[in-house]
Amino acid sequence: MGKATALSQPFLAQLNRGPLAYLALALYATVTTVLLLSNPRTSLGTDVVFILFLMTFLLLYRARVAGVYKLVIGLALLLGVIPYLGTQNAFYVELAIQAAIFVTLALGLNVVVGFAGLLDLGYVAFFAVGAYLWGILSTPQIGQISPGASPLDSSLFYLFLAIGLFVGALFGILLGFPVLRLRGDYLAIVTLGLGEVIRVLAVNLDRPINLTNGSQGIKDVARPPLPEPLRALMGGLGDAQIYQVFIYLLALLVLGLTLVVVFRLKNSRIGRAWEAMREDDVAAVAMGVPIVRMKLLAFAVGASFAGAMGVLFAAKQQFINPPTFDLLRSIGILAMVILGGMGSIPGAIFGGALVTLLDLQILPRIAAELSALKRQGVGIPDWFDPAQYQRALFGLLLIIMMIFRPAGILPDERHRDEMREVEVNPEAETQPVPNLK
Amino acid sequence: MAVAALPVSTSRRAIQTTLASVFGPLGQVFVFVIGSAVVLSLVTILVAFVLRGTRTDVDLVQSALVILPQVIIDGLVRGFLFATIALGYTMVYGVLEFINFAHGEIFMVGAFAGAALSSVLASSGALNALPVPVFVVVAVIVGMTVSGLLAVGIERVAYRPLRNAPRLVPLISAIGVSLLLQDAVRLFASVSGLGFNARFQTPNFGPAIRLAEIPVSETRNIPLVLDVRALTFIIAAVLMLIALNYLVNATKLGTAIRAVAQDRPTASLMGINVNQIIALTFLIGGALGGAAGVLFGVRVGTVNPYMGFLPGIKAFTAAVLGGIGNIPGAMVGGIVLGFLEAFVASYLSLLTAGAFSGASYADIVAFAILILILIFRPSGLLGEATSQKV
Repeated sequence: MGKATALSQPFLAQLNRGPLAYLALALYATVTTVLLLSNPRTSLGTDVVFILFLMTFLLLYRARVAGVYKLVIGLALLLGVIPYLGTQNAFYVELAIQAAIFVTLALGLNVVVGFAGLLDLGYVAFFAVGAYLWGILSTPQIGQISPGASPLDSSLFYLFLAIGLFVGALFGILLGFPVLRLRGDYLAIVTLGLGEVIRVLAVNLDRPINLTNGSQGIKDVARPPLPEPLRALMGGLGDAQIYQVFIYLLALLVLGLTLVVVFRLKNSRIGRAWEAMREDDVAAVAMGVPIVRMKLLAFAVGASFAGAMGVLFAAKQQFINPPTFDLLRSIGILAMVILGGMGSIPGAIFGGALVTLLDLQILPRIAAELSALKRQGVGIPDWFDPAQYQRALFGLLLIIMMIFRPAGILPDERHRDEMREVEVNPEAETQPVPNLK
Repeated sequence: MAVAALPVSTSRRAIQTTLASVFGPLGQVFVFVIGSAVVLSLVTILVAFVLRGTRTDVDLVQSALVILPQVIIDGLVRGFLFATIALGYTMVYGVLEFINFAHGEIFMVGAFAGAALSSVLASSGALNALPVPVFVVVAVIVGMTVSGLLAVGIERVAYRPLRNAPRLVPLISAIGVSLLLQDAVRLFASVSGLGFNARFQTPNFGPAIRLAEIPVSETRNIPLVLDVRALTFIIAAVLMLIALNYLVNATKLGTAIRAVAQDRPTASLMGINVNQIIALTFLIGGALGGAAGVLFGVRVGTVNPYMGFLPGIKAFTAAVLGGIGNIPGAMVGGIVLGFLEAFVASYLSLLTAGAFSGASYADIVAFAILILILIFRPSGLLGEATSQKV
């Protein structure tokens, strides 16, 4: 039996642990890196290699090797290979920035939806608050509000990353207060409404005082000044390219801080209180969980990351306008959390990266290849443009995940148990009614 | 039921109770129509009177009074729109305790079905030959069929497998359905040549009906008109509400629906096929939504794939306002919300000298009402207090 099992154990499973795993990981990372860097021109092949390259992180997460080893390889890829790739081809670093931004947002929403079980459909509002905060204060727009005021110095950006955290948290609490008493589904609709209110306000607050410049948005948002060491390190490159890498590193920094906070929170007293609240709020109250404070805390923590990322996003785009912060964005972030698995931190990272890639790289690439085929005379109808149908993609993702794998692709253990328990032992409320006909 | 076998006096009483159960809720709606119109008019005029010193260029009170009848008609139309959509939310919530997030899209699909029909009729040249009432009835029936069947299909595919799952699971699935429908219809619109902003062609409804002339000054009269399309909307909506009340309150089917809403396991013990009744509830709710979509398309003239979102959210607000799960409540909530919105949309710019655009802030009003209601009276205007909202 023992021997048979050992033989039937696939080769891949042996790769998962032991010295072979160290070797295989290093080999995989090196091969994908070399492939990626040898031909950094944007093309279908490079796209595929880039995705294989990103798979390294998934393998690192799944492999059973020492944590230090994972960390070293991971950091080498994140801080070495991707910035270097960015100097060769700006598109891929742009993808990495977007992925970092959305992974952070997914982690923040995961605190609210996954940890605390509060379905928030207006999450992008906090992102908008952060973006508009820096957008208004760092541009001449501020002169519209108080005449004579001049834009803030761009070096204050770092301070505003921190202020963005606090303003986000403040808005989280403000929006959390009215919805404290609501149950899951009501909460979803009300947060959706509040998210829309923020967007409508952004469109309409150009009168009576021009606060947001209405639907035209705010342009020329300030970027933080380039640090001299980075410029020296990357001498010979244009400022635009250095900025790409710089913003990427900043986004990575915010993402890293977020990760530390979320990991610490999840395994803390607060994280357990959230979990208790999510499973059964009445029982949680009975056990002495201060449910009001915990709900507000969840909203505040989730919103704060979005606020800080908003500041960074405004500086990156240098232009913000209300349609950027519409409901589809909120639902896209929700799709990331659900795809990865509610309550699961690796899940949120995976979901965030995957949906961003789908949205910005894979679908446009498929569309481009299709139109190339069409130019060669293959009969593909005009209406078939996969890049145009994000909504359908998100919608399908949500439905399929809910029906077939509600706990997500990389599920959180306790959440998976919850989903499974319900399957095995349906609540007395609704037994499936046999059709007697 | 067994009414036919009973003595005549009993059957007469049965007819009376039927009439009472059908028209009782409509009486309630009527009271709320009059009530909200009167209260909001008085408030508006009072505010205009207080603020009359702030503007020298126009007489606020007079301007407010002149547009008042038009605003009330607008409020009625919006109110019945929200009421018909809200019924779909509230009926589904009644039987499943589940917010059918995709209901706004079912409304939109109904509107598109109507637009497709009208464009087929127009291209065959039959459109202008049709009398208006025939066209409206045919379009509404097409819209009802498409939307009703779609709602049943969605329930079967996306909600029924999740019926025993935790509450958030079907809700998220419903959000997915909603997004998918938006893009599916967008695809349909571009393939079929209707276009993103599809025209909803109709036969000529004729000129608006002149009800009266309001003398503003000695030389100028402002006519008070009633748009025929608005009138069509109101009449059709009232007829549908009567039919729904009859169905729910006076038929065996309605009794079964109410039984399932009250207690699903017990209803199934009483021999009611619960799955069938739930599917039927989706059919009725979807059909009402589809009819509202067609009527809305007829009134507005264009439809687009994303148009279901805002009316959907507002109708949900209306359902909550009236007390979710409560059928007369949905109608009353729709009416009240419609009037509030019409008044804000029409008067906010006037009263604030253009500082706030009424049309945009009307949306915010709906959300504000939703939040206030949920905080202060979660059971709604007509709902009974429940202890569920922990």
